[in-house]
Amino acid sequence: MSTNGTVLDSKIPAGPLADKWDQHKFNLKLVNPANKRKFNIIVVGTGLAGASAAATLGELGYNVKSFCVQDSPRRAHSIAAQGGINAAKNYQNDGDSIWRLFYDTVKGGDFRAREANVYRLAQVSVNIIDQCAAQGVPFAREYGGLLANRSFGGAQVSRTFYARGQTGQQLLLGAYSAMSRMIGAGKIEMHARTEMLDLVVVDGKARGIISRNLVTGKIERHVADAVLLCTGGYGNAYYLSTNAMASNVTAAYRAHKRGAFFANPCYVQVHPTCIPVHGDSQSKLTLMSESLRNDGRVWVPKAKGDKRHPNDIPDSERYYYLEERYPSFGNLVPRDVASRNAKLVCDDGLGVGETGYAVYLDFRDAIARDGEPVIEQKYGNLFEMYEKITGENPYKEPMRIYPAVHYSMGGLWVDYNLMSNLPGLFVLGEANFSDHGANRLGASALMQGLADGYFVIPATLGGYLATEKLDPVTTDHESFKATENETTERINKLLAVNGSRTVDSFHKELGKVMWDKVGIARNKEGLEQARKEIKAIREEFWQNVKVNGESEDFNLSLEKAGRVADFLEFTELMAHDALLREESCGCHLREEYQTEEGEAKRNDDDFCYAAVWEHNGVGKEWTMHKEDLTFENVELTQRSYK
Amino acid sequence: MGAKTINLTLKIWRQKKSDAAGNFETYDVPNVPTDVSFLEMLDMLNERLEAEGQEPVAFDHDCREGICGMCGAMVNGQAHGPESGSTLCQTHMRTFKDGDTLVIEPWSANAFPVLKDLVVDRSAFDHIVATGGYVSVRTGSAPDANEIPIPKVDADTAMDAAACIGCGACVAACPNASAMLFVSAKVSHLAHLPQGKVEAKERVRAMVDTMDSLGFGNCSNARECEAACPKEISVEHIAKLNREFASALF
Repeated sequence: MSTNGTVLDSKIPAGPLADKWDQHKFNLKLVNPANKRKFNIIVVGTGLAGASAAATLGELGYNVKSFCVQDSPRRAHSIAAQGGINAAKNYQNDGDSIWRLFYDTVKGGDFRAREANVYRLAQVSVNIIDQCAAQGVPFAREYGGLLANRSFGGAQVSRTFYARGQTGQQLLLGAYSAMSRMIGAGKIEMHARTEMLDLVVVDGKARGIISRNLVTGKIERHVADAVLLCTGGYGNAYYLSTNAMASNVTAAYRAHKRGAFFANPCYVQVHPTCIPVHGDSQSKLTLMSESLRNDGRVWVPKAKGDKRHPNDIPDSERYYYLEERYPSFGNLVPRDVASRNAKLVCDDGLGVGETGYAVYLDFRDAIARDGEPVIEQKYGNLFEMYEKITGENPYKEPMRIYPAVHYSMGGLWVDYNLMSNLPGLFVLGEANFSDHGANRLGASALMQGLADGYFVIPATLGGYLATEKLDPVTTDHESFKATENETTERINKLLAVNGSRTVDSFHKELGKVMWDKVGIARNKEGLEQARKEIKAIREEFWQNVKVNGESEDFNLSLEKAGRVADFLEFTELMAHDALLREESCGCHLREEYQTEEGEAKRNDDDFCYAAVWEHNGVGKEWTMHKEDLTFENVELTQRSYK
Repeated sequence: MGAKTINLTLKIWRQKKSDAAGNFETYDVPNVPTDVSFLEMLDMLNERLEAEGQEPVAFDHDCREGICGMCGAMVNGQAHGPESGSTLCQTHMRTFKDGDTLVIEPWSANAFPVLKDLVVDRSAFDHIVATGGYVSVRTGSAPDANEIPIPKVDADTAMDAAACIGCGACVAACPNASAMLFVSAKVSHLAHLPQGKVEAKERVRAMVDTMDSLGFGNCSNARECEAACPKEISVEHIAKLNREFASALF
C-alpha cells in the first residue's frame, strides 16, 4: 500500500481560509475571450452540476458538447430533490454566516471533508440563490414579496430556500433553461439518449469519450480539450435506492479504470424515512421528507411476530425504541442513527408489514393533540403521496417506513480545481468526493451541484486550458480507435454470453449482498464475505447472463447489462474501502468501533484521511493513496445525541 | 396491506423502429400484486420476456416518483392511465380489477414520432424551450435575490405553472395534438415574474412560432390536456398565453 506523496496534490491555495478562493481566482490564468471559442468541452450529465456547467461555459464562449442518457436534459435525477437548498444569506437575521454554514457542513460530514472546499462552497452559496432567482426559479416567498426560508435537517438557523416540495425540479429547470438558451445560440450541442461508455486518454490527458446512441446503438467518438463528468452517484449499487432507474456508476467507473482515482467509495447515505419495500417486484424506493419525524412517533410491537393491526396494539405493548434509547433527541435523532436503529429492530424480528422490514411512524398522538387540520396543513402532501403509493390512510393508521440508500458522498477524487488526477478530467457534483465528507447534510446536495457548475468550474477550467499545452488531436487518433474497439468488444462479449439469467436478477442479488453487508452497519467478517460474494456473482454474470437483441438497436437489456457489469466490479471496491476504514464516521458505521452506548466512534489519530484508490486491473488489489485531512480552522469533536 | 394479486391481459403496441409498421401483441400477465406500480407490472412482463429470449417492451421511465416526466403511455385511451393527477409510474395496480384487459399505446402525435414500442421522441418540447423558454441572465450577472420582491400570489401562480414536468400527456390527450398547455405553462410561469417581463413579447412569439413549425395542432378548447395532466396544470395558463400572444402582436 503506497501512501500520499507526490501523487496527490490537492492544490489547496495558501493563505487564510476566507481569502483562498478569491486569491486563487486571481492567480489562475485566464483564457482570452476570443480564444475561448477555440476550445471544445465535453460535459457528461445534465443534472444540476452538468446543466449549470454547460450553460455557464457556453455563455463564456466555449464550444460545449453535452450528453445525457434521458430523452431530455430536463429529466436528470436532481429533479427529484424535495426539501431545499442551503445558502448563507442570513435573510432571517438569525445568526447565520458563511462561517456557520462552513462549520455545520464540516461537522455534519463528521470531519472527513476538505476545509478549503467546504468554505468555498459556503461562500458561493449566496451567489447561487441570486442566480436562480434571476432565472425565474419560483422560490417560496413571504407576503412582503421577499424570499422565505426554513430550518432543515436539524440546522439551528433557517437558511434553506425552497420551492414547495419540488426544489430540485425548479432549480434543475432553471439550469435547463439557461442551457436551452445556449443550445438555441449554438454554443451547446446536445446529445440526449446518449451514454458515455468510456473515457479517451491521449498522452495522459483526458481528451474525449466513446458514447453509444441509445436509440440506434451507434458507437461514437467525441474529442475535446477537457471532459467534465457530472454523472451523479452510485446508490443503485444496492439495486433498491431512491435514485432514478438509470442512475449508474459507469461513466465514473470507466474513468477510474482509465486512471482516475476513486475516493471514499464506502461513504453512502441511507435516508431513514422511505416507503418500505412491498415485495420482490419492487424497482425503486420513494423518500418522504424527514420532517415527518417532527410529529410522528416511531415504534414496533414489543412481541415478535405480533400480527395485530397497529391500532389494536396498546401502548404498553409498543416499543418506542428511539424515545427509549435517545431520551433527549427521541424521534429527531440524525439520519444515520434513525436508519441504523430501524434496521436493528427489524433484524431482531420486530419489524412490521408483509416483509417484516418496516417500522411504524405514528401520528395518532399528534392528531389527538393538535387536531387533524393542523397535521394536514403541515404534512398534507406527504400523507397524500403515502396513500397514493400504499393505499393506506396515515390519518387513520400509522405509516410504515424503512431506510433506503439515498446519496453517495464518495466519488472520483478531485483537487481544489475539481480536476481529477488525470489532467483534463474534471468531476462535478455528486460524482466527486470533496465537500460532504462522510455524511451529507439535508439541502446541501443542490448547493454543491450548482456551486461546482455555475461558479467553480468556469474559473478553474480556464486556468487549466490557459496553462496546459494541448496538442491537436482528432478522433482518428490511435487512442480513440483502441478505446472504441474495447467498447465494442465488451458489448459483443455481453451479447455473446447467452446464458439463462436476466440482468435484473444479478442486480437484485448484488443489491441484497450490498444492503446486508455493506449497508447501514458493517463489520469485518461481513465485508470480507461481501467481497467474496460479489466476486462470485460477477463470475456467474459473465457466464450466465442473458442479454437479448442486438447492439445496433434500441436495446434496454444491453444498456442495463453494461451498467450492472460495472457495479459488479465497483462494489468490490466499496466493500474493500469499508473494510479498511477501521473506524465509524458519518454514515460509515463499523460495528467493532462504537462507544459503550452504541454510538459511532471516530478515530482521528489513524483515519483522518480520504482513502483514494488507484485501479490496477479487475480482480487485482487496488493501491491506496491517502490524502491527509488537516483541520486548521475547526476543532474536531465527537457527535452525541443522547 | 394484503398480498392480493390480479390477472391481467395486456394488448401492447409493438413497433421495432420509427419507420417500421407496428401492431398490438397480447400478453397474459398473471398474479400481479396490487401493491406494485404500473411500471413494475411492465417490469414483471419484461423479466419474463427476457428470460424467454424475447425482446422486452421498450418504455421510457426514470425517477419512478412522478417528477422527471420521462414515463407515460395511453392506457385504455387515457394518458397516464385512469388515475387523475398521476403519472404512470405513480399509478398502482390496485386501480385495476382482476380479469381486466389493458390496451397500452404510445403517445400519438405527429410531433412525437414513435422510436420503439411505447417510446416516443419528445425533443420537439426541447426545441420550443430553446427558442425562448428562459430569462436571458448570464451566470454572475444577477442582483441580490431580495432586490426583486415578488408578490406572493404571483410567485405562487408562477410555481403552479412551473410544476409542469414536460411529459407530453397534454399533447397525447388533445384531439388536435396541440402543445398549448405545455407552452402556456412556461410562458405563464415567466410572465408572472418581473424577471420574465423584459423579454416577454419575444418569448411568446418565438415559442408559439416554434410550436407551430414542429407539427403540433391548434387548441380548440377541448380541455383534455388539463384532465390528463399529472400535475393538474390549469387551462387558465392557456388563457394567459393567449393574452400574452395577443399583446405581443402590437
